[in-house]
Parts: sequence; structure tokens; C-alpha cells
Amino acid sequence: MINPILTAHGLTKRYGKVTAIEDSDLDLFPGEVLAIIGDNGAGKTTLIKALSGAIQADQGKIMLEGNEIAFNSPIDARKYGIETVHQTLALSPALSIAENMFMGREILKTGLIGKVFRKLDKNKMRKIAREKLSELGLMTIQNINQKVETLSGGQRQGIAVVRAAIFGTKIVILDEPTAALGVKESRRVLELIQEIKLRGISIIIISHNMPHVFEIADRIHVHRLGKRLCEINPKDISMSEAVALMTGAMKPEKIKENNR
Amino acid sequence: MNDNYQLNSVFNYRETLMSKAKNYIQDFPVLIPFFILLSSILVFGLLVGDRFFSAFALTLILQQVAIVGIIGVAQSIVILTAGIDLSVGAIAVLSSVVMGKFTIDLGLPPEIAILCGLLCGTFFGAINGVLVAKVKVPPFIATLGLWMIVLAINFLYSGSEVISAQTLSTEAPLLQFFGNKIEFGGAIFTYGVIFMLLLVVLMSYVLSQTAWGRHVYAVGDDPSAMMLSGVNVDRTIISVYAIAGLICAFAGWALIGRLGSISPQAGQMANIESITAVVIGGISLFGGRGSVVGTLFGALIVGVFSLGLRLLGADVQWTYLLIGVLIITAVTIDQYIRKEVSS
Repeated sequence: MINPILTAHGLTKRYGKVTAIEDSDLDLFPGEVLAIIGDNGAGKTTLIKALSGAIQADQGKIMLEGNEIAFNSPIDARKYGIETVHQTLALSPALSIAENMFMGREILKTGLIGKVFRKLDKNKMRKIAREKLSELGLMTIQNINQKVETLSGGQRQGIAVVRAAIFGTKIVILDEPTAALGVKESRRVLELIQEIKLRGISIIIISHNMPHVFEIADRIHVHRLGKRLCEINPKDISMSEAVALMTGAMKPEKIKENNR
Repeated sequence: MNDNYQLNSVFNYRETLMSKAKNYIQDFPVLIPFFILLSSILVFGLLVGDRFFSAFALTLILQQVAIVGIIGVAQSIVILTAGIDLSVGAIAVLSSVVMGKFTIDLGLPPEIAILCGLLCGTFFGAINGVLVAKVKVPPFIATLGLWMIVLAINFLYSGSEVISAQTLSTEAPLLQFFGNKIEFGGAIFTYGVIFMLLLVVLMSYVLSQTAWGRHVYAVGDDPSAMMLSGVNVDRTIISVYAIAGLICAFAGWALIGRLGSISPQAGQMANIESITAVVIGGISLFGGRGSVVGTLFGALIVGVFSLGLRLLGADVQWTYLLIGVLIITAVTIDQYIRKEVSS
């Protein structure tokens, strides 16, 4: 049996009196696309924020490749090769595409001026950004020095996904990557996700869009009322059944009965 | 039909010209204060004549704005992070008092006393930074509090006593270093002015070419995005306020050069004046947009207006009135640009 690359066990996060997730589990296997679905307020975003270091869970543990780890910040998670595309995209609108792609891990000039004064190697950053964007088929962007605020929603999403793809060596987490996009732009982002998967990187994706989920997910994690309700194989279940599970209209035990 | 077509093309032409200009201004917003500066120099040159349009008068403006210009650089980096620093003037003056008292009263070598003054500025700047970043006190409140605290320390420690220019020039001329000047023709450049210009160049370079500089902009633009992209937001903010404090201490040293003496009463309006320069210079109070060069232009615009109107014999209140109009215009333009961008 293959061991999961990432497991979360008993994660709990409370904001004052509100419990966002309670005793929540998650398993991610190497090279798979795991979709997390769930009703609004089920705690999907809180769960992946705990996995990406953006928040710290009150209880529970996270294991990466069998070792227990604790993320105090997104910087820690990145060190382990976990990259996240947040719902807000975490891009700085007034800065350029290249600057955004390397935000927080800029390429510095070699030698004293880079080490001591942290002078940027702008040419190298632009070159790599351009290469990676065309490699992942996002070269509809003419100018790498363009400010992010001048880009369309789909292009911005693309930049955020490409950034995660460049730096994510083990796991890429995407929170609602197609929510704000049109049909064509969504398609492009889904293709990008497939390309990331082909590189052997495991992917967690949160989405409300059932056709997208059923198209790309290898497994589906249904989140309900702050915890994992069940894990299902998209081949065993219809979209309407998945929605019924999410909303509580159907109990997980029913799936097996139906399949029998 | 033909007429209509021509009308349309003229109209389109005008529209593309307008949108081209708009794009250009969006890419280089510093052009606005630059043109205001140029045209105000021209207008006053025409109205006042040679008395204004001379090397002497124009370099006099530089001398008059040197302190505000230096403090303006400090204010700029703070405002770029979407903060504000009301304590800049107080920190500058306390630093100058520390430099003076440590030399004259404690008998320390002036080099050491100056170092202590610079450390004093950095220290209080860092306190601002910690309050804003770690304790999450809004910048306005944190620096308002520190403004009063530092001013009180300044008066308590100095006993409101001035250290005279004569004492300084005999005992510690190094403290008046920035008052030295280079002359050629009628133009006079004090070391304070040269320091201000070098500081603007250095800070522009650092802001655009180093990782720290890009983080300053990014933090002002969207701090939560930066946290998620793995930038240490707290450390960036603390370093910005600390460096602002250091720059203010240098301004305090330059202030000694300008006045000759050390006066605890000096620099009372420096916070408002520096914010004025920053805003007229086109830096957005919402952070993340603008440049230090803009601040220099902003300070110079104020300097041109005050000297020009004084030479015209106008009541000094006209200066304030016009500066007030400029401030509101500058912020209106900023809001317009932001709206254009977000739509």
C-alpha cells in the first residue's frame, strides 16, 4: 500500500466561539489530485490554510512523508515544497508580474552587493518568469514588466498558479482557482493543473464547480460541518449525489448501498 | 457621411491622445509634481523677475527645503507601507539635542555624540515600528503618542535651553558640518542640501533595486498578500520605521547646520510639512504607490511657493492657502488614478 504524502489528523481551529474546523482529517497520496468539496462555511479554506501555514491549528498534527511537522508561517510550508494559491491570489497589484512571481524569494545578484545589500538580479528574474510562463502556455501576456493590476482576472489567476507550479516541489494547494473565471479562462487553469500533476506533484483543490471537480479529481474529500465526512471516488458517484453529501441530504453510508 | 467619419476620427484621435497621456501618467505619476514644479518656477520667474530667477534664489529654496526634504524621505518610506509618522520632527530635534548635550555637557567626542544621536533616532523609530507591527496600534495613534513622548523627553532633558552657535563652533564644529557650503557663481549649496539630494538618489535606488525596497511597496499595497507570499511583513515594517528614525536623526544633525545652534523648540511643524511634501509629491496615503523623487518635488513646490509669494510681497497666508489647494488636488488625482486602475 502506498503511504500518503501528507496527512492531517484531528485538526481543530477556533476563532473565539466559532469553530471553523473540528477534529478534521485529511489524506493526500503522492501524485494525485484531491478535490475538497463542501458547503459554504464547512471549513474547507481553514483546513487548507492550516496545511499551508497561513494559520496555526489549535490542536491536531500534520505529517509530511511520515514526519510530524509544524508550520508557523507560510514561509515554513514553502521550505517543505508546499505551495498555495489562495482565494485572494496573494498578488501585489502595483508590482510587476516578475516581481510578484519572485516575491519573498527574490533572485539576488551574486557577490557582495547581493549578499549584503540584497540587490535584485532583475534580468534573471524576468528571464525565468518569461520562460516559465511560456513553458506553461501562458504567454498571452506580452510584457513581463506589466503591473498585475493591468491584467484580467484569468491572467492573474494564471500568474498565481504558475508561481505555485514553479516553486512547489511536493504539493500544490489551490483554493477556488476557477471561481471568478470565464469558461475559457477556467479551461486554461484546469490545463495548468493537469500539467502540474504530470510533473509528479500532488495537488489539493477546493472547488464549488462540480463538473471541474469530476473532471480533474482522482479522489474527492467531502467536508461538512468542520470535519471530513467521507472520501469518495468520482467514478462511484454522480454529481448530484456529491452535492447531496455536501449539504447533508444524503448519508455517506448510502453510497455503498447504491453501488451494491 | 464623410463629415461624420472625419469628426469621428478627430474625436478618436483626441481620445487616444488623452488615454495615452493618462497611461503615461499612470506609469510615471511623478510627472505631475514635476510639471507643477516647473510651471510654478516659470510663473514666479515671470511675475517676480530676476530676483527669483537667479542661481542665488533658486539654491536658497533648496536650502530652505533641505530639512523637510530629508524628513520627507523618512516620511515617504513610512507612507509607502500605508503608515504615517507624526513623530518625525520630534525625533529629529531630540536627536540633535542628544548630539549637542552629549558633546557639551558630557564632554564626549563629537563623533561619539553624533553616533549616540543617530542611535537615539533609530531607537525611537524602531519603537514606532514595533508598536505598529507587533502591538498592532494604528500608525497614526502610535506615532501621535510617540510624538508627545519624544517631545516631552526633549524638553525635560534639554531644559528648553538653546545651545548657542558660538559654543558649538568653538567646541564641536563637527555638529555644524551640514552648514558648510560650496559656492559657485551666485549658487550656494550647503552640505545639508547635498546630503538631501544624495539621500533621495540613494533611497530611490534602494527602493527600486533591492528586495527590501520591493517589500516596502508590496507591504503597503497588500500586507495580507505579502504574508501569504512569504514576506516577513512585521520585520519589513519595523525596519522601515527604524530607518525612518535614523533618517530623522540625520535631519536633526542637518538642522544644527541650518540653524547654527541647537534649539529644542525647532522643527515643531516638520511632521505636517513632511506629510505635505509627500502628498503633493504624489505618494498615495493608501501605500504602495509613488516615489521619493516625487517627495523632493513636493518639498520644492512648497519652497517655490513660499519664496515666490514672499518676494511678491504677498501675505504669508496666501502660501498656506495655495498649499492647501495643492494638497487636496494631489489627493484627488491619486483617488482618480486608483479608481481608473481598479475599474
